[in-house]
Amino acid sequence: MGAISDRAEARPHLFTPDIDAFFLTVHSAVVFVLRFFRSLVQRPFEVREILRQCYEVGCRSLPLITLTGFVTGIVFTKQSRPSLATFGASSWLPSLITIALLRALAPLVTALICAGKVGSNIGAELGSMRVTEQIDAMEVSAVNPMRYLVATRVIATTTMVPILMLYCAMIGLLGSYVDVHAHELTSLRTFFREGFQEISFIDAGFAVFKSIVFGFTIGITATYKGFTATNGTEGVGRAANAAVVFSMFAIFIEEVIIVQIIGWFRSW
Amino acid sequence: MEDVITIRRLFKSFGAQKVLRGIDLDLHKTENLVVLGRSGSGKSVLIKIIAGLLAPDSGLVEVLGQKVDELEEGPLQVLRRRLGFLFQHSALYDSMSVRENLEFPLVRNVPNLTTQEIDARVVEALEAVGLRQAIDQMPAELSGGMRKRIGIARTLILRPEIMLYDEPTAGLDPITSTEINNLINQVREQFATSSIIITHDLACARMTGNRIAMLLDGEFQHEGEFAEVFATQDRRVRDFYDYNFTG
Repeated sequence: MGAISDRAEARPHLFTPDIDAFFLTVHSAVVFVLRFFRSLVQRPFEVREILRQCYEVGCRSLPLITLTGFVTGIVFTKQSRPSLATFGASSWLPSLITIALLRALAPLVTALICAGKVGSNIGAELGSMRVTEQIDAMEVSAVNPMRYLVATRVIATTTMVPILMLYCAMIGLLGSYVDVHAHELTSLRTFFREGFQEISFIDAGFAVFKSIVFGFTIGITATYKGFTATNGTEGVGRAANAAVVFSMFAIFIEEVIIVQIIGWFRSW
Repeated sequence: MEDVITIRRLFKSFGAQKVLRGIDLDLHKTENLVVLGRSGSGKSVLIKIIAGLLAPDSGLVEVLGQKVDELEEGPLQVLRRRLGFLFQHSALYDSMSVRENLEFPLVRNVPNLTTQEIDARVVEALEAVGLRQAIDQMPAELSGGMRKRIGIARTLILRPEIMLYDEPTAGLDPITSTEINNLINQVREQFATSSIIITHDLACARMTGNRIAMLLDGEFQHEGEFAEVFATQDRRVRDFYDYNFTG
């Protein structure tokens, strides 16, 4: 990466310095993504490191996902009840909550939490390795850092975010059930039967697909920001911050696009 | 005498700043070449270009008969297995123990080693730098001098033909610096390596260098043995000497 940006620096400006810098960043990001995909098929596969990263991304995010999912379920149920009660439709609560959680809330909430927690962690870790020359040390000892540092983390986020999303949805439903049970004395079996009545495999499939896209986005953005960090400890902080901000920004844009595509798919 | 590194008309700039302005350099087999120069003179840039971490603007950089800037990723990795690079701040992987730091490049570059063979190679490298007892320590628990030694051990584990030392004595006290200088000489004798030592420490240059090259204003201005280089009346070289030895 150093060599690429380095060559570019010596060139005269094509447009203004800012516009040039923007295109150079886009170019460097595209090259980074292509190098990531190439590293996926290169041996040896870092299976142990992938599993370690899955543990870091998945298991270590569980407490936060559990809390957020549970609170989201309860709060969303409490906020929705008065509106439904106005039309005498409180019995629709399980269906409404299940649809909302699986189609929108769980994928988005999980992705945003992971962007904050996992994205900043990866950005800071790789940024710190970059500025202390640990990544350079890997390169000169003939170890491909794209394979060991980037591919392992992106694979971990891409696989673990969908799993965390399904877990978040289940915990959210559990939170919702607690509130529904407290008010309407609905049994767990009835709650879930009614909830899943309106849910199809397409809903679950698209939710998982969305989470895969979000997980990949978090991983690739955070590793890119960390990998290209500069300017010492200040750069590490900036890399961690940029990893979160850019991931969240990208997630919101992807959410809008995917929802639009799902809408077309349903009407078709 | 056989050359393991050949550099001709090497130019390198960062934006408007011209760092290297047409450098020529030869590293002979099994010699220690010291590149002296002030901070920011482009010494580290030079060895990063040799290791393929930076691309030159123009010029020839040939390492062990291969043009570094023309190599694809695969051949470059093969070449890098024959190079050892000690970074200024050692660049030990701080999430790994000393043992893991040494095993990391070994298991990825020398496949099919048994656990016993890996252990033997790790112990051999640590014994070469006199730090066998630190095998299970974490980098954060090591002193600056120990970190340098472990950094050297990590490069030695792949049995390189060329060693590149970036400021090996920077930030160390005089006694530890002397120990590192002795170690650099010992590595050359024991492993028959050829080395480029980047430094601004004249004590290091005098102790380790078979030949000295003085980098001034992006070019090598004076080259030869230590006494030969500092016999010059060039004010910039005299100042460098006086500052190091008379303060």
